[in-house]
Amino acid sequence: MAEARGPWARFLARPNEDPVKALGMAGLVALGAALTVSTAATLLKPRQAANLEAARAARMEAMIEALPGLREVMEETGVTELQSRLVDLETGRMLPGGVMAVDAEQAARDPGTGIELPPEADIAGIGRRERVAAIHLLERDGALALVVLPMRGAGYQSTIHALLALEADLDTVAALTVTEQGETPGLGAQIERADWQALWPGRRIADDSGTIRIEVVRGAATTPYEVDGISGATRTGNGVTAMLRFWMGPWGYGPFLDRLAGEGAG
Amino acid sequence: MIRLSHHLTDPLIRSNPVTLQILGICSALAVTTALATALTMAAALIFVLCASAAIISAIRRHIPHAIRLILQITIIATLVIVTDEVLRAYAFEISQRLSIFVGLIVTNCIVLGRAEGFAMHHPVGPSILDALGNALGYGLVLVIVATIRELFGTGRLLGIPMLPLAEQGGWFEPLRLMQLAPSAFFIIGLMIWAIRTARPEQVERPEHRLLSRQGEARP
Repeated sequence: MAEARGPWARFLARPNEDPVKALGMAGLVALGAALTVSTAATLLKPRQAANLEAARAARMEAMIEALPGLREVMEETGVTELQSRLVDLETGRMLPGGVMAVDAEQAARDPGTGIELPPEADIAGIGRRERVAAIHLLERDGALALVVLPMRGAGYQSTIHALLALEADLDTVAALTVTEQGETPGLGAQIERADWQALWPGRRIADDSGTIRIEVVRGAATTPYEVDGISGATRTGNGVTAMLRFWMGPWGYGPFLDRLAGEGAG
Repeated sequence: MIRLSHHLTDPLIRSNPVTLQILGICSALAVTTALATALTMAAALIFVLCASAAIISAIRRHIPHAIRLILQITIIATLVIVTDEVLRAYAFEISQRLSIFVGLIVTNCIVLGRAEGFAMHHPVGPSILDALGNALGYGLVLVIVATIRELFGTGRLLGIPMLPLAEQGGWFEPLRLMQLAPSAFFIIGLMIWAIRTARPEQVERPEHRLLSRQGEARP
């Protein structure tokens, strides 16, 4: 009878009201679900990463395309892509060596390669920042033509990732491209639209005294430091403002830009 | 087989989950701006619905009553996550356009509705047919709405120009409204009206009726 059957059959034969059966079924279903999800995620990860990388490259390409005259400059000088360099954010020095494909957020999380930001400095709401950032430069006839700075900051409900291209004066925006965001579809997510990003070229980051004034305003922009906000997405706009102010400030690329400006003059 | 096939054909029009039961409306609004996203969404729902019906039906005798909803949702959520991962790996661009709506299949009332209402009490075969029928019924509505919205909203179908646009010298002026969410409401509303005119038995009885005032006593 019951002794002849295995434990599995005995488990299945239990009445459904039995707590052991309920716990057992919950555990089995959870186990099956966990195995399925983790298998799918692990197997598909390389393909997804390749897709993301391709999308990132396409956005970079789109940004190059969007910058006035950049394509011509690149063709003239024979540069096929932007030069990538590593920058020590604290000292602002460029480091020798090539750029590895390291995820900035991952680098920031690691205690060895990232630092904890003091709360009063962390206006972009990112918590931790990497020590070394990968930036891109474009030179024309040996002189700097363009700097492309990756940045990220907390939006309304997601982390906004963007590339900011500055002209040689290190103050005029050449382009802003949002590379990754998960803001409210139809509202905040419009920051990814080309027509909104087209508002950025020509904006200025700081005024002549060096105070950072760039801002996404509610409604229409009135000064060269302002960009039209998206109605219904005030907090996304504030997030973009905070992101730019953080990364252009002393805790972001400030030291690097100062050093770059100094080198340019000297 | 003839006795079983009504499981498959009934939900297409007669008891269509969207137009009769008014389920799954939220995603029907969101993913129908273009035909490509609607087709992908329909395919994702067909897979999730059929697979969840098959699994739940197969283990239905061993699902304890007290935790049945938890188990159903766990199974459905697993399938949805797998679908989402596959889409992100093999149909990256479309998955970007569908954004959160694939994930929201978990909360699509049709899936849990068929699991709880049908698969829990029927063998695997009929459950799969019923799931397929309902998923196709949902997909049918999605495809009709998306075809109308994309064709009249942009003059294209599946991204291929169909109507000559006015800005390129043709005669067709795209209807911007068609690309906005309200137009999906209008189209689904008109579809429900058309179906209920043809099949008056689907019309719901009014929930409240004005009482006659006769015999009302007044001091």
